[in-house]
Amino acid sequence: MVFILALVSIMWSVSPVFAESAGTDGSATGGITPDQLKMGLDTVWVLIAAFLVFFMQAGFGMVEAGFIRAKNTCNILTKNFLDFCMASLGFFLIGYGLMFGDGNGFLGSRGWCLFGLDATVNGIPLYAFWLFQAAFCGAAATIVAGGMAERMKFAGYLVYSFIISALIYPIVGHWIWGGGWLAKMGFADFAGSTVVHTVGGFAALVGTSILKPREGKYGIDGKPNVLAGHSIPLASLGVFILWFGWFGFNAGSALGVTDGSIIGRVAINTNLAAALGGIAAMITVWRRFGKPDLSMAMNGALAGLVAITAPCAYVEPWAAIVIGATAGYIVVKGVELLDKLQIDDPVGAVPVHGICGIWGTLCVGIFGKSTLGLANNGFVYSGNPMQLGIQIVGSVTAVAFVVLTMTIVFKLIDLTLGLRVGREEELRGLDIGEHGMEAYGGFQIFSTS
Amino acid sequence: MKLIIAYIQPHKLQDVKKALCKKEVFKMSVTNALGCGEQMGYEESYRGIKFEVNLLKKVRLEIAVNEGFVEKTIEAIIEGAKTGQIGDGKIFIVDLVECIRIRTGERGGKAIG
Repeated sequence: MVFILALVSIMWSVSPVFAESAGTDGSATGGITPDQLKMGLDTVWVLIAAFLVFFMQAGFGMVEAGFIRAKNTCNILTKNFLDFCMASLGFFLIGYGLMFGDGNGFLGSRGWCLFGLDATVNGIPLYAFWLFQAAFCGAAATIVAGGMAERMKFAGYLVYSFIISALIYPIVGHWIWGGGWLAKMGFADFAGSTVVHTVGGFAALVGTSILKPREGKYGIDGKPNVLAGHSIPLASLGVFILWFGWFGFNAGSALGVTDGSIIGRVAINTNLAAALGGIAAMITVWRRFGKPDLSMAMNGALAGLVAITAPCAYVEPWAAIVIGATAGYIVVKGVELLDKLQIDDPVGAVPVHGICGIWGTLCVGIFGKSTLGLANNGFVYSGNPMQLGIQIVGSVTAVAFVVLTMTIVFKLIDLTLGLRVGREEELRGLDIGEHGMEAYGGFQIFSTS
Repeated sequence: MKLIIAYIQPHKLQDVKKALCKKEVFKMSVTNALGCGEQMGYEESYRGIKFEVNLLKKVRLEIAVNEGFVEKTIEAIIEGAKTGQIGDGKIFIVDLVECIRIRTGERGGKAIG
């Protein structure tokens, strides 16, 4: 294989065709112009990143499946599978136009079904850019499945996933990436701590609060009971898949390669934040509860990844370490806080995506450098809280919008289709109740919780 | 000495254990079982084909008790496991001929504890 590549490249470099087309319009000689080469390389990069982000759906699926009970596993995986399908449809029909179409500062209003848009955008073909953005949309939608796991009706979930991908996510995205009012203010979110993770995390918070806790999760005295996940191996596979996909999530958001310096920086920051998130969460849990808990440590790595998602291109690696470590600590405290408030989040979606999404957004204003593309220098460098203030405005408005709209959406679904399954079905398991099949057919899996 | 065998719904186990603790019965064995009584099965489907599932998941408790504890244990199990619906389960009482504690070799009522 290597020999053939070497042979081809030697032949290509000495061939008269290549020598003739260098420096001229390539089409005349059948060669390729440097501009086309740049566009081609950038397109390949963005598409590979899109495929990685798509693969994160498998990561989310495995994490969610591993952290819930076996009797509900088929259900969560079906929700995870279908919400990407619904996101693909919704983001094509309406979502992309709302998010990136020309309009006003609040929402876009062109590009329904991608009609009437330019063939290239940001230096790459429209279709490649669409796929990349659609994968992000799917990621935001699937965050909620984990928070509302083990007691939500499937039909309601399908409706919700279409609405969030077609309407809610694109509107917030328009403010920040579609040239909307936050972007004009100088708000910066490189790969989506706010657009994807805060939106998904707080939609999950609204959903899980309206659903109320699982049967038996909180005792009469308010103390939380353990409803243990059934497969730590699946969950840890999921975390590694997410970490892997996140390299596409963050580095792909550069939307191009140029000399590789940006994507190199993004990649190292992404990795350091994840690693430190895992370490910090493990230390926190070890000291707090006496034993190093793998599930919390993995949540910590995910928290680090969420937190670095906004600042990844704007910070130095040392800052990525700080950001990841703090996120790992915050997520452990966040899980405890939710239990104190008796908000049942089976997989930790709210602390990981919602709370750490906000933290990551704020970190842009603390650790970001204007030399790397920010409107204002971060607090650590300039002592000026201007960028931090802008980031706070963005976070607060995004949270407020999501909480308001998702409350309406979930309440409407509750009134029409019904949000929560019946008690009998919840105890027997949603696999049988909703799908009439078992995730582990042929196994006698007993659940006494 | 009696051996009390009870078949209950799996998700009622926590309630039954709590009720037993309140009556100061702490020792028991728990096994998983499949069973059916008056409860009918349910339907599942796989790739377009429907089938009946008739053996349902149950939990089997075994508690060895001295005479004085028999009624208390039965009351506790019923209090924890009863929902009023078909499928609550059954309790069997079996005479226990002998009981030996392995660690010390004690026999009889003292071994039950």
